[in-house]
Amino acid sequence: MMQLTNRKRVVVKKEMSLAEKLYLPAITDGMVITLKHLFKKPTTVKYPEVKRELSATFRGQHVLKRDEQGAERCTACGLCAVACPAEAITMEAAERKKGEEHLYREEKYATIYEINMLRCIFCGLCEEACPKEAIFLTDRIVPVDVNRKDMVYGKDKLVEDIQNRVDVSKRQTAAVLEFKKDKKHFHNQTWDDIQKQIKPKKHH
Amino acid sequence: MLLSQYIFLFLSFVAIISALMLVLDKNPVHSVLYLIITFFAIAGHYLLLNAQFLAVVHIIVYAGAIMVLFLYVIMMLNLNKDIEPHKKNIPKVAAAVAAGLLLLSLTALVNGAEVNMLPAARNSNIGLMDNLGKTLFKEYMLPFEISSILFLSAMVGAVFLSKKEIH
Amino acid sequence: MEIFILYKAILVLVVFAISLGVAAYSTYGERKVAAFMQDRVGPDRAGPFGMLQPLADGLKMFMKEEIIPTVSNKFLFVLGPSLAMLTALMTGVVIPWGGDITIGNMVFPLQITDINIGILYIFGVVSFGVYGIMIGGWASNNKYSMLGALRASSQMISYEIAMGLAIVALVMTTGTLSLREIVTQQSGNWVNFIYQPLGCLIFIICAFAETNRAPFDLPECETELVGGYHTEYSSMKLGFYLFAEYINMFISSAIIMSLYFGGYNLPFQNYIAPYIDGNILSILQFGCFFTKVLFGIFFFMWIRWTIPRFRYDQLMNLGWKVLIPLAIFNILITGVLMYALGKV
Repeated sequence: MMQLTNRKRVVVKKEMSLAEKLYLPAITDGMVITLKHLFKKPTTVKYPEVKRELSATFRGQHVLKRDEQGAERCTACGLCAVACPAEAITMEAAERKKGEEHLYREEKYATIYEINMLRCIFCGLCEEACPKEAIFLTDRIVPVDVNRKDMVYGKDKLVEDIQNRVDVSKRQTAAVLEFKKDKKHFHNQTWDDIQKQIKPKKHH
Repeated sequence: MLLSQYIFLFLSFVAIISALMLVLDKNPVHSVLYLIITFFAIAGHYLLLNAQFLAVVHIIVYAGAIMVLFLYVIMMLNLNKDIEPHKKNIPKVAAAVAAGLLLLSLTALVNGAEVNMLPAARNSNIGLMDNLGKTLFKEYMLPFEISSILFLSAMVGAVFLSKKEIH
Repeated sequence: MEIFILYKAILVLVVFAISLGVAAYSTYGERKVAAFMQDRVGPDRAGPFGMLQPLADGLKMFMKEEIIPTVSNKFLFVLGPSLAMLTALMTGVVIPWGGDITIGNMVFPLQITDINIGILYIFGVVSFGVYGIMIGGWASNNKYSMLGALRASSQMISYEIAMGLAIVALVMTTGTLSLREIVTQQSGNWVNFIYQPLGCLIFIICAFAETNRAPFDLPECETELVGGYHTEYSSMKLGFYLFAEYINMFISSAIIMSLYFGGYNLPFQNYIAPYIDGNILSILQFGCFFTKVLFGIFFFMWIRWTIPRFRYDQLMNLGWKVLIPLAIFNILITGVLMYALGKV
């Protein structure tokens, strides 16, 4: 077989010398090492007070985004549920009624949207699958709980608060940001864009 | 009565009761534990006689070493009522007769002994280590060494028995 | 006479309290030392620097559910840990903690009792300590507990022999069995370690084995050999076993320091002693002894977090085939040297 590295070493079981048989030199060597470590700085991060810096692409608790006007972006298409390898996502869809346009951006929306945080493996495939830029993983850590029931997160925990928006702009790659400029696609349009499109129709 | 007499009575009581329990208790492990209590009571008697060395050695050797080995064997054999074979009556009668004779000879011995020996022993320093060591290694040198050879031969025998035969 | 008895009672209580306190904080110290040696922080949540951790641990032990196996002998089951604790605490009686304190014309020695066979007394108590483990393991009515108990007790009685033989050589040079006498002989003199280096080494190794500390902690290695003799124990009865181990560590460290490292004597005591009051000297001596003992405990922990555990056959080989012959050889050498130097 071709040798790939020169790190290979043949193990030889040789007779131990008297000093080695006594073990005492080896023990003192070991004790010197542990004594040295006694004066080293601990590497512990004291978690609740000090937080380790998370990577830019850290995948934590999900958020269901609203658009600029505060309407939910999710249209309950189910692509996230299909994409989910852990089958953690489930939802129930309903049709938007008249007068609910300010609540739901699309004509169909999710009445129930649940993610089982015990099943979720935080792979981020739901985020990739979403055509409406509705679901994102954030840098928030899912808190632990003592019973399973409470680990199934419904819309009350997932949909972002209007007063207290969750910033996900950093999670969008350059390619996505570039794509978002293309106003051909409905979900890239802002509220103003839509208004502009509607107005000429009224004049007609 | 002196305090030491109260202690003597108490220790004797403990020694006799635990010795009886040693014989009467069905569970062998309990018997061993009663025997240990007996040893402690007897060590207390040695202390009353100002024989500290003897008392401590008694505890170290008997309670600390020999009884541990006893306990070992009993625990390993896992003796209990189910396995114990039913004994015939003849050995029981023989044992009772032998024990009775022993009791008789002991009482005769105690009756014949001079009672005034005890206070003398209590006040002397004969039980202290210095005196004991000197007596053992000067006056009783030969018996001491012979008994140690006896122990040695027993040890060699035990090693020989436990060794596997090499073919 | 009454003052004397009162004084002894107070001293007993103080030694008792110190033993328990040191044992409690040894658990904390153990975790801290382990943490620092592994570049961690260790317990630091309960109180400043985690100083209240032992209290929290104790509370946890008390609050835990107490389980007694139904088929086990209840009396013996409780007797096991009690004996372990009792024998651990009994050894502290003969240790000299410092010189005398003189108030008026009364002399109070800082030692509960100075029996002239102090070392033998310690041996007696230590040899009795095996029963706590054996009875506990047997009364659990669990084969793993029982095997653990047999393992532990055979280890303890094996190393007791080498320990005794190591002491014999020391007794030959000092000529006494009283601990106080041995300590006073070392004042203004070389410590016994200089005369008995091999004996000291053997004694320390055996002390490690007797207290079931690493690298001889086979009786209770949780990860490989189930829990050992205390598998079936829970709550404070388990706490007693673990606590007894720490008390043993404290006491054996005190004995090592008394026998081989000068006991309560201050370094260069002969030069200091004439200039200070006797009572202050005694208190200084107590402080010195305590520091030495704490270092001894630290040494126990240091070894534990450095050396891996022995295998059982290695343990027995070391005890019977290395330490006992070495100890006998040590006695021989000591005897020959003493004869050659005309000390006999």
